[in-house]
Amino acid sequence: MPNARLYKTEAVVLRQRRLGDADRLLTIYTTAYGKLVVKAKGVRRTTSRMSGHLQPLTRCMLQLAQGHTSDVVAGCETLESFQPLHEDLDRLSRAVYVAELIDRMMPEKSPGMATYRLVVETLRRLASDDGGDMVLRHFEMTLLGQNGFQPELGNCTGCGTALEPVENFFAPRSGGMVCPSCASDSGGARAMSLTGLKVLRLLQRGSYEEAARLRIEAELATELERHLRSYIVCVLERDVNAAAFMERLRREARRLPART
Amino acid sequence: MNEPLTATAAPLARLIDEFYKLPGIGPKSAQRLAYYLLRMPAREAQSLASAILEVKEKVVLCTVCQNVTEIDPCRVCSDDRRDRSVICVVEEPLDILAIERTHSYRGLHHVLHGAISPMDGIGPEELKVGELLARVRSGETQEVILATNPNLEGEATAMYLTRLLRPLGLKVTRLARGLPVGGDLEYADDVTLANALEGRQEMPD
Repeated sequence: MPNARLYKTEAVVLRQRRLGDADRLLTIYTTAYGKLVVKAKGVRRTTSRMSGHLQPLTRCMLQLAQGHTSDVVAGCETLESFQPLHEDLDRLSRAVYVAELIDRMMPEKSPGMATYRLVVETLRRLASDDGGDMVLRHFEMTLLGQNGFQPELGNCTGCGTALEPVENFFAPRSGGMVCPSCASDSGGARAMSLTGLKVLRLLQRGSYEEAARLRIEAELATELERHLRSYIVCVLERDVNAAAFMERLRREARRLPART
Repeated sequence: MNEPLTATAAPLARLIDEFYKLPGIGPKSAQRLAYYLLRMPAREAQSLASAILEVKEKVVLCTVCQNVTEIDPCRVCSDDRRDRSVICVVEEPLDILAIERTHSYRGLHHVLHGAISPMDGIGPEELKVGELLARVRSGETQEVILATNPNLEGEATAMYLTRLLRPLGLKVTRLARGLPVGGDLEYADDVTLANALEGRQEMPD
């Protein structure tokens, strides 16, 4: 008879926290159960057979045993280690941001294959480094859409009329764009360039390949990042810690251009 | 917080509450410890109490290496048989003990008191990074060994420090990653095994 208290699932490890002497509490995003918090015993010892397979930002096959408070990792094997992410600080900081956003946005035990695929694809793109920040913008937009937080980009959220092709405003708290005449009524509305709006619409339609082909100037990239960040902070009702670290790296890279 | 039980004397309840605040101590363990102390000879209890106070009073951070010490600068930093051209950077004071146990390191240390963890909002300013930079800028340092833990936070910290230290013209090295003694090859993960292959060494005669 198979042991009903053991089950298997594929997962991406999002984060780890120390627990007790040699254990860790892992937050994982699984195919079958969505986000879970599980215990990994003894993985902080150097002789642990599992620790190398359970590092954050690895995709692995897990065998889990039902426990009293949280389930326990009984076995694991790496499927994909996304090694390039662990070798470059800029890539790593972006990948950590992805993991944190999933952790904060997704409730426990609500499975979603679309989101799982999005996480894995995003990590692969970051590891191959072909799109830079656009990978993150696509990830943010798609994740928001999948969770019912798709911002309104077609009509004004104030008066409901279709947006004119002029400079409009983005108001996170109203859930999307507002036209210039409604902008003064909605708190926190900030100007959004017409090109910026077009890029966001393209991202909202979904295809990463199309978005990756765009040539985005640094100024526009910053604008998109700011708008989406303010929207995410509004949805989560809190800041995303990893974003601060990404910004710090960028700031210091400007100050130390001579680094290797 | 425990409810004030009439069956428990007030000083005892207070002791239980204090133990309960400690990491890894639940309500039952707190009670057990408190009752154990109650039955302890007064002399031993006195010695425990003074040990706790002494730790808080006398132990400080070494102004050079940031390790915990009772004399400043600490014994390692003031030992002139030590090789002053090498600094080994670790996350926690306990890591120094592990490195000292090997008896194969004769350089100096530096304790960061943590590791960069972007998700928890722990950045370089929460660590003793500025102190390390000041130290290598002013001193006779030629090599910095990054001995942070081989996990995500440790690697992030090592990569971040490399960015800061390389432009200063130092040799920056990282502890090797490989197979642990007593382990089985078949259980090794790909990353460790790949690293071990890369760092293989010729057999000594």
